[in-house]
Amino acid sequence: MNYHVMREFADSWGLLFMAIFFVGAAAFAFRPGSRKHADEAARVPLKDD
Amino acid sequence: MRHDTAIAGLGSATFLALLAAAFGQDELFRSHMWVLFFVLLGAVIVLLRNTSFSPASAQSEDRSSYMDKPIRYGSIATMFWGVVGLLVGVVVALQLAYPDLNVEPWFNFGRMRPLHTSAVIFAFGGNALIATSFYVVQRTSRARLFGGDLVWFVFWGYQLFIVMAATGYLLGITQSREYAEPEWYVDLWLTIVWVAYLIVFLGTILKRKEPHIYVANWFYLSFIVTIAMLHVVNNLAIPVSLLGSKSYSAFAGVQDALTQWWYGHNAVGFFLTAGFLGMMYYFIPKQVNRPVYSYRLSIIHFWALIFLYIWAGPHHLHYTALPDWAQTLGMVFSIMLWMPSWGGMINGLMTLSGAWDKIRTDPIVRMMVMAVAFYGMSTFEGPMMSIKAVNSLSHYTDWTIGHVHSGALGWVGMISFGAIYFMVPKLWNRERLYSLRLVIWHFWLATLGIVVYAAVMWVSGIMQGLMWREYDEQGFLVYSFAETVAATHPYYVMRAAGGALYLAGALVMAFNVAMTILGYQREEKSIGGDAPALQPAQ
Repeated sequence: MNYHVMREFADSWGLLFMAIFFVGAAAFAFRPGSRKHADEAARVPLKDD
Repeated sequence: MRHDTAIAGLGSATFLALLAAAFGQDELFRSHMWVLFFVLLGAVIVLLRNTSFSPASAQSEDRSSYMDKPIRYGSIATMFWGVVGLLVGVVVALQLAYPDLNVEPWFNFGRMRPLHTSAVIFAFGGNALIATSFYVVQRTSRARLFGGDLVWFVFWGYQLFIVMAATGYLLGITQSREYAEPEWYVDLWLTIVWVAYLIVFLGTILKRKEPHIYVANWFYLSFIVTIAMLHVVNNLAIPVSLLGSKSYSAFAGVQDALTQWWYGHNAVGFFLTAGFLGMMYYFIPKQVNRPVYSYRLSIIHFWALIFLYIWAGPHHLHYTALPDWAQTLGMVFSIMLWMPSWGGMINGLMTLSGAWDKIRTDPIVRMMVMAVAFYGMSTFEGPMMSIKAVNSLSHYTDWTIGHVHSGALGWVGMISFGAIYFMVPKLWNRERLYSLRLVIWHFWLATLGIVVYAAVMWVSGIMQGLMWREYDEQGFLVYSFAETVAATHPYYVMRAAGGALYLAGALVMAFNVAMTILGYQREEKSIGGDAPALQPAQ
């Protein structure tokens, strides 16, 4: 595999994969019903010492 | 404690160091191995004197509670290296203002400067990160640290790395990669220590009793994993000899430069930002006793930071041999970083909503808020400086130095101080710190120091940039380089004064922390005045 093949892969499929992953992660964080789960998670440090 | 394996292992290593000191290929390597030999020998002697031969059952410590002793050591190490690193910083600042202070050959600026940067970033910052990450991961996972004595290996192994790096710089051993100056054998040692750190941290997360992995641990883990990757790739090199101090990079030319800055900027992004954001997401909610403002925003903050930061490195190579598209890519991603940075800053600050009075009444909260404010300011300034047009003025000038210090002193320093102030009374079972008034002194000394430092470097940097690009009507440069150096002298003196203020604040803190550990409490009025005495109804 030479530089150009890698470069072409990186700016096509690689880029697509990362963009989808990021959008997916963001969408997952704001999925319906996530608020309750997030509020619980936010209280983790306050539970005990 | 028996220390059997430690004594055997360190004893063998001491012998190997002696052999390396005898058979080293170059003078520098032999000197460095003598340093290693004496450090290891000292460690063996200390362990031998502290070993006890009582039955194992009588000395087994409580395995059910959190493993806090390495964190206590780590807090002290953080404080110690912090003072050392800041002191060296003031010395190099004075060396720039008064070149006579360069003491050849060990203490000239070229060797002291990496000593300063490594001492503050890796010794102070690194110890703060390791100690707080162990503190946070145990409490948010409700599990004891994984690995047992491996935790001690991480702590002492990391200190050995610091000592070898620092003594190497003073001896003149360097591979000339910014923030990665240690030569190949020290790099290999750090790799081993870092993998052990990853095992301890990940092992603790895997055996957690809390179902959710709290977001602070995401940031810490991303910091550990990314630094491992950056460190290994950036330091790919071929040593000239297995018993020599010199190595050559696996990359050449512009690829080498880009690898260096891919590493260098992500050291900022993942060492000095992601790791300390882990601190922010734990210690601010703890100190104000409220959950983080928006947990979902913290998750977006995390992923956006991870996906954007890694591409920002090329902005260090504007107008160089690096292809134009790569420079533009670095610039665009740097500008996009505004979003996660400010999202995170707002998230940190808004955690105080409903408890804003704590800024007035709790100096530790005040310190943490100042840290987050500086996080916001320096991550606003950075993307702006990465814009090519701005960079053509700011690059290679003191503006960059000022920017780095507003981030390092303001964000990294202040959030670490806040975390240490929070942890120390808890780690030593003290009711509170020795003195909260001294925290206020520290706060103002540090803040004034940063303001003086950053403001002076702005003026000096913009002046340098303008003088360097000043042409006369015939197209000749107006100023010689030496003239620009002479013009910066007053600013360098003021910069040293700003740094000295910051150092003074750290010394106040060291005193306060030491008195807290020793168990003293200063009698003082509560901050914000005593509550007015209520009059009984007539």
